[in-house]
Amino acid sequence: MDQIILQILNGLDKGSAYALIALGLTLIFGTLGVVNFAHGALFMMGAFVAVTVSKLLALSHKVVDETRTDFLGKPLQVDVPYVYDWFGQGAGDTIIDWAVPISILFAIPIMVAIGFIMERGLIKHFYKRPHADQILVTFGLAIVLQEIIKYFYGANPIPTPAPSAFTGSFDFGVAFGFDPNAIIYPYWRLVYFFFSIIVIGAVFAFLQFTTFGMVVRAGMADRETVGMLGINIDKRFTVMFGIAAAVAGLAGVMYVPINPPNYHMGMDFLVLSFVVVVVGGMGSLPGAVAAGFLLGILESFASMSAVINILPGINQIIIYLVAIIILLTRPRGLMGRKGVMEE
Amino acid sequence: MLGLEKKDFRLLLIVVALTMLAPFILNPFPEGSDMAQFNAGYPDLMQRFVIFGILAIGFNILFGLTGYLSFGHAAFLGVGSYAAVWMFKLLSMNVIPAILLSVVIAGVFALIIGYVSLRRSGIYFSILTLAFAQMSYALAYSVLTPLTGGETGLQPKPGDPRILDRALEPGETATPGLFGLFDMRDSLELTVGNWVFTFNAGYYFAAVIMIIAFYMSIRIFRSPFGMMLRAIKSNQTRMSYTGLNARPYTLAAFVISGMYAGLAGGLLVSMDPQAGAERMFWTASGEIVLMTILGGAGTLIGPVLGAGFIKYFENIVSKINKTTLEGWFYWLPDGLEDLVITVIYPFVGKGWHLTLGLLFMLVVIFLPGGLVQGGQKIAAAFTRKKPDDAKSSATEPAE
Repeated sequence: MDQIILQILNGLDKGSAYALIALGLTLIFGTLGVVNFAHGALFMMGAFVAVTVSKLLALSHKVVDETRTDFLGKPLQVDVPYVYDWFGQGAGDTIIDWAVPISILFAIPIMVAIGFIMERGLIKHFYKRPHADQILVTFGLAIVLQEIIKYFYGANPIPTPAPSAFTGSFDFGVAFGFDPNAIIYPYWRLVYFFFSIIVIGAVFAFLQFTTFGMVVRAGMADRETVGMLGINIDKRFTVMFGIAAAVAGLAGVMYVPINPPNYHMGMDFLVLSFVVVVVGGMGSLPGAVAAGFLLGILESFASMSAVINILPGINQIIIYLVAIIILLTRPRGLMGRKGVMEE
Repeated sequence: MLGLEKKDFRLLLIVVALTMLAPFILNPFPEGSDMAQFNAGYPDLMQRFVIFGILAIGFNILFGLTGYLSFGHAAFLGVGSYAAVWMFKLLSMNVIPAILLSVVIAGVFALIIGYVSLRRSGIYFSILTLAFAQMSYALAYSVLTPLTGGETGLQPKPGDPRILDRALEPGETATPGLFGLFDMRDSLELTVGNWVFTFNAGYYFAAVIMIIAFYMSIRIFRSPFGMMLRAIKSNQTRMSYTGLNARPYTLAAFVISGMYAGLAGGLLVSMDPQAGAERMFWTASGEIVLMTILGGAGTLIGPVLGAGFIKYFENIVSKINKTTLEGWFYWLPDGLEDLVITVIYPFVGKGWHLTLGLLFMLVVIFLPGGLVQGGQKIAAAFTRKKPDDAKSSATEPAE
């Protein structure tokens, strides 16, 4: 029993990332009808926004400390971060410590801007082109974005820690009445899970309860009619692209402490996220979220040693295997709508 | 001639001439000159030109004719490579059985994957093939290590049975050959003045195979079977209304193109007897798509051009470093020179992939028909033909 709970928990954080990326992919697909292969790159850019912000916050200048001496007997030079000068030492430390959550504030406008530029500058011209062309041009864009990041940040993963308040682990074993240490789960992964729930909830609430969201949903159902009613649906879809980019970016920002980001992390997630979207059903937002969590949890169950002993290597292929089975038995995916991407 | 129309036969002759004279054509600059780095006439690169040419020709039969975009073609290349290495290990260093086995195994593999994937079309097909390829990659890396060598890859080792040849002594290495007539690494060097031309046995072997593969692809393009494949691309629904079942045709195209990829894998291993799982990674599949698109999907010569173009620039651009750039721009004023070098530097050397990605985007945006379409446009501009004529001969890439 404790094993089962542990595996479900383990699946949640990866599942959250899948769900967030797949949600963005589906938003773009459902509104603009574009298959965006650069979405993983947006996830990666979000992660690097966090890296950049935490580096910027830790920027420091040298100050001579007269009270201490270095090993040569000269006055010691101490690095003093600029935030110390501005906010004082205590507050400065807190700010540096909380760099990753703070980056969320920067990531949202940056990612929305990137999304806008991408949509207006490139994707707009591909609505009328075949899906193969859309796949190819966004694939090219993904390569470009990832190489730009590689040029500036190098090829090695850059570790960026979570706030020290969240570095420990939570002992679920005690909470659920099992043995202590039976279910250990890092705090940050819990934070990530709740964060993704909030983001997903926010997106759904936005679509469901605002007029803007209503128009967008109407546009997803029948773009032409909405256009005939005198609504500039393209403009709203562009905003949705920006939101989708921001969702992917936020997923990346918060993922940084779990796995140090490197330039190809986006590509690694992208393939799986596509599988998630297809399993959930092209164009279905709840399907994408459900499939994301489902596949994340399945993946972690498949990595249990008991399972691997029976079926070696199953943890590597479980997601693809599930995708193949689903596509062949339920061609529209778990919650796919009729008439979306069927030819 | 050879059952080809006059135009196609001329194309075949051009390809034959180009491949046979490649050591001369690709070596236009004398040894030791500044421009010698642009030479591509060394065996390793020339072999890759023709082998990836085969791969792209095969991919084009699927993508160019039927419009099914497979994102997992590298899996067949990898499977073919492994099959060929196993033949070297078990039978002999002769390349013929190795290549035959790699073609057959890749064909069987393609039959299985194709049978499942082709139940869906469009983006679903792409993702299914991608999933299969990633699965093969993951398995080759982990569970199938006894069969694939895992991370270290697979290569002939001392102690392999090698039924036809004797087992290797420790420390001895073997190179693949053709019935003991020649080794794939045998080369003949011809020095004319400052020029050095290398004629490599492996290259000519691969080139002959590529010409055969190219000839077969022309025949497929012009056959009733090829016409059926085109019908699938232009309107599958209408095709089924006329009472034709599209599935067997697409499956046949998929298997043929998988066998081409297996052939390329076998040849790669024949030139350098080792195979690794990274050959099956999905970026490798992306590169195959790129070659075909860049050259011109659905055209005969396009994929070969695309493969050559990408492999050439991969080699040349990634060799350029800062010193080379300084050598080129020394004549500029100092400040300007630094500026130009700073601007260009990210795109060369290690930045090759950045250039590749940009190129990819530019081609898809402005030249969906690839280099061939570009050439036709230019030709049309000069001969003052209507651009429509050029368009009708190039097939538009489709879903």
